[in-house]
Amino acid sequence: MNELLKLVHGVVNWGMDTAESMNAGVLIDASVFYALMWVSVLAALGVVLCRNVVHSALLLTASFIGVGCLYIYMDSPFIGAVQFLVYGGAVAILIVMALMLTRRDDMAHSNLSRSLFCQAGAAVISGAFFLCISVASLMTQFREMSAELGDSVTGLADMMLTKYILPFEVAAVLLLIAMIGALVIAKGAHES
Amino acid sequence: MMDIFSLSAVDILNWSVHIGLTHFLLLAALLFSIGLYGLLTRRGIIPTLMCVELMLNAANINLVAFNHYRPVTDFSGQLMAVFSIAVAASEVAIGIALAFRIYRERGSVNIDELNHMKG
Amino acid sequence: MSEFALTHAWLIPLLPALAFVVIGLFTRLNKKLSEAIAVSAISLSFLVSLCVLAAVIGGPVTMDNPFIQKALWAKMGTLELSMGVLIDPMTAMMLIVVTTVALLVQVYSIGYMEHDPGAGRFFAFLSLFASSMLGLVISVNFLQMYAFWELVGVCSYLLIGFYYYKISAREAAKKAFITTRIGDFGMLLGILLLQITFGTLDFMELKELVPAYIWISGTGFMTVVGLLLFIGPIGKSGQFPLHVWLPDAMEGPTPVSALIHAATMVVAGVYLVGRAYFIFSALPTVMNVIAWIGGFTAFFAATIAVTQRPFKRILAYSTISQLGYMMLALGVGSLTASMFHLMTHAFFKALMFLCAGAVIEAMNEEADIFKMGGLRHRMPTTFKCMTIGVLAIAGVPPFAGFFSKDMILAAAAEVSTPLYLLAAATAFMTAFYMARLLFVAFFGEVREDCPAHETNSYMKWPLVVLAVLAVLSGAWGHFAGFGEWVYYGTAAEEHIDFMIAGSSVVLTFIAFALAYEIYVAKRFSSYLISQRFGILYKLSYNKYYVDEFYTIVRNTFVDKLGAALYWFDLRVIDGMVNGLAKGVGCLSCVFTVLQNGQAQRYAAVFYCGVIALVAYSIFYAFRILQLLGGAY
Repeated sequence: MNELLKLVHGVVNWGMDTAESMNAGVLIDASVFYALMWVSVLAALGVVLCRNVVHSALLLTASFIGVGCLYIYMDSPFIGAVQFLVYGGAVAILIVMALMLTRRDDMAHSNLSRSLFCQAGAAVISGAFFLCISVASLMTQFREMSAELGDSVTGLADMMLTKYILPFEVAAVLLLIAMIGALVIAKGAHES
Repeated sequence: MMDIFSLSAVDILNWSVHIGLTHFLLLAALLFSIGLYGLLTRRGIIPTLMCVELMLNAANINLVAFNHYRPVTDFSGQLMAVFSIAVAASEVAIGIALAFRIYRERGSVNIDELNHMKG
Repeated sequence: MSEFALTHAWLIPLLPALAFVVIGLFTRLNKKLSEAIAVSAISLSFLVSLCVLAAVIGGPVTMDNPFIQKALWAKMGTLELSMGVLIDPMTAMMLIVVTTVALLVQVYSIGYMEHDPGAGRFFAFLSLFASSMLGLVISVNFLQMYAFWELVGVCSYLLIGFYYYKISAREAAKKAFITTRIGDFGMLLGILLLQITFGTLDFMELKELVPAYIWISGTGFMTVVGLLLFIGPIGKSGQFPLHVWLPDAMEGPTPVSALIHAATMVVAGVYLVGRAYFIFSALPTVMNVIAWIGGFTAFFAATIAVTQRPFKRILAYSTISQLGYMMLALGVGSLTASMFHLMTHAFFKALMFLCAGAVIEAMNEEADIFKMGGLRHRMPTTFKCMTIGVLAIAGVPPFAGFFSKDMILAAAAEVSTPLYLLAAATAFMTAFYMARLLFVAFFGEVREDCPAHETNSYMKWPLVVLAVLAVLSGAWGHFAGFGEWVYYGTAAEEHIDFMIAGSSVVLTFIAFALAYEIYVAKRFSSYLISQRFGILYKLSYNKYYVDEFYTIVRNTFVDKLGAALYWFDLRVIDGMVNGLAKGVGCLSCVFTVLQNGQAQRYAAVFYCGVIALVAYSIFYAFRILQLLGGAY
């Protein structure tokens, strides 16, 4: 992705001086970020506000994909790929499948919200939460620097199979347990 | 610490085009808050689960962003995100199985009707 | 050999205690085995006691130079509690008396309890009683004595209430226990004051400390201590205000009455005063109190005994009267006379009680002496023994009572004439009511329906042995020099004051003659006499209404206080507890509203908490960063 951006920068900055070329690269960076951000945020808002649950599910997938792109933007292609595969693929399909299995009536009013009072309360709580976190984020002056860490996939693989082999195996076992558990729960104990 | 109350318009513009860690943190906070709103208002189990997934995503954004923008020497943030995704996947599987089960037992997936634990 | 006996004196109380444990735990249901264990344990104790006696007589042990053996029992900081063995001639005498009477009573009980299914239990209790009484006797300090003192009280309770299916027995047991507890409480206070003042309860150490203390700070405080200590003996030895339990204690089996309520337990109080004589004898006020309470009790109980009808009740009041005698002797300063009378009394009173048991058993539980009559033809051995007992208690020479009673009268006459007159009047009445008992129950014609028969040999031989002791123990004590052996201060000389002895003997024979005229020759009608002295007779027959008085006191004060406390407990204490519970209940009503089972509500509350924490930490971090400056 970085190489890609550098290429774009090169094309755009053709013949410009250094300061301006930096500025233009920054602008492109920013516009890519904001585009992806708006995709994710608007899709997420859609998930929360849509009255049709199928639309919600589809917008959720869109949000997942936006976030996955942001991972790639942050030079983490492996996580992005995992995001696409797991969230954009598996989870989205699971959710849609579940919707299919549990909904039989009109889809237009399938995604009910609670009372207006509840909504107002939820808005206050989530707004206050956002306010707190953003104040904390803005107040903290992070010493930012991007270290050159090399290939993230190789690095992750190294860590996962050496230092973090135990969590890795545990995660594998967890997934197996979740799969069996899901099967058992969905099937029901008395229907053997 | 940044004195956010004494910034000029130029400063704000300059800050808003230089994408950094703070932007990602704010994005994550926004996504999380949206998910939280949904979690508190949706009535169905599956929409609620979707909102939980949104919130988990926001947390993963934080992990990756910190790994990218902070002077770290390895990929532990991303690794954490991988494990987080694995856990989230299991959670979705179990959650949906439970939703399915509840639907079959009670013919409804509305979370406000599940108040067996009422004191 | 003598050294061996002394160093193993701790075996004396231990053996019956072991018998109690073994019978109580294992052989309770096996009657024969239980009897064998109990009797052999007390026999061994008796043998060891004999050896101790021999050692004391032959050895260097005197009243001023006792043999002491101590072991640490418990230690708390600087407070050391020890148990042990203290043997001086007084202890040796008591050991012999207690083991002899206990042994004979146990042998007697084999016959008496022949048809009772609870015999195992009975022998267990008897053993425990013997053990605790012996432990009391050999105590080295007040604490050990108090522990065994209470244990004796428990045994008394258990044995009086032995026929627990009889309501009267249960009530009598409770009465005995509670009444003596009242006395024990005063005594406990006295013991605690001693511990606080002197820091020790050891008899020997106190013996050194008390005279010095009195010399320095006067008798005021010690008088309080002495009076408190004396309240215990008042309760246990049935002295005047607390005597009411002793006649009721006759609800127990008769051997128990003989052992506990005549010969041994009730003299524990006398023994305690004797053991702590170094305290009492230094306090003239307390000595006066002891003497007058003793004298009054002796007279008072004798006047009641004159009119009573049940066999055992007469003996019970006679016991109270004789215990009063012993207290009187202590009060007038003659430890020797008191202990001497204690010993002779133990033998002849046990003898009479065992005779009473034989008679009552033979009469099929009929206790009223006026329903008996002519028993001397049916029960010759019992009659002979009873006669010896009566002669002994009445003080006819050369029977045991003569010597001891004479010693008390002489000691009283030396100190105070009113006390002597009181004691002499008591002696007269004692002779009268004893003769009345004997004449009414054993003389006259045999009734048609009288089922009486001679007792079996288990019951007969103890009577004979006790009769021999009742005859000889007085003369032996007198001529072998009891006063040089058991004394306080300086050894008392043995002499008979012929004036006093002669007058009391004359009085005794007058009383006998009077009783004979009234009850055998019927020259005076007893009915007419009772009519003539109507009020006095009624007072005496109803025991001066002491029980009724206590009932009124209890009804007015204790019950009202109980009602008030009950109200307090119900309204205030319970009200507090219930109010607390109700308050919690109301609070929980409020909180159950929150617990509505709505997961989303929980999540909302949870995030409110999160927001609060985040806001707080932002505030906190803001301040920290302000202080530190710089960036993270």
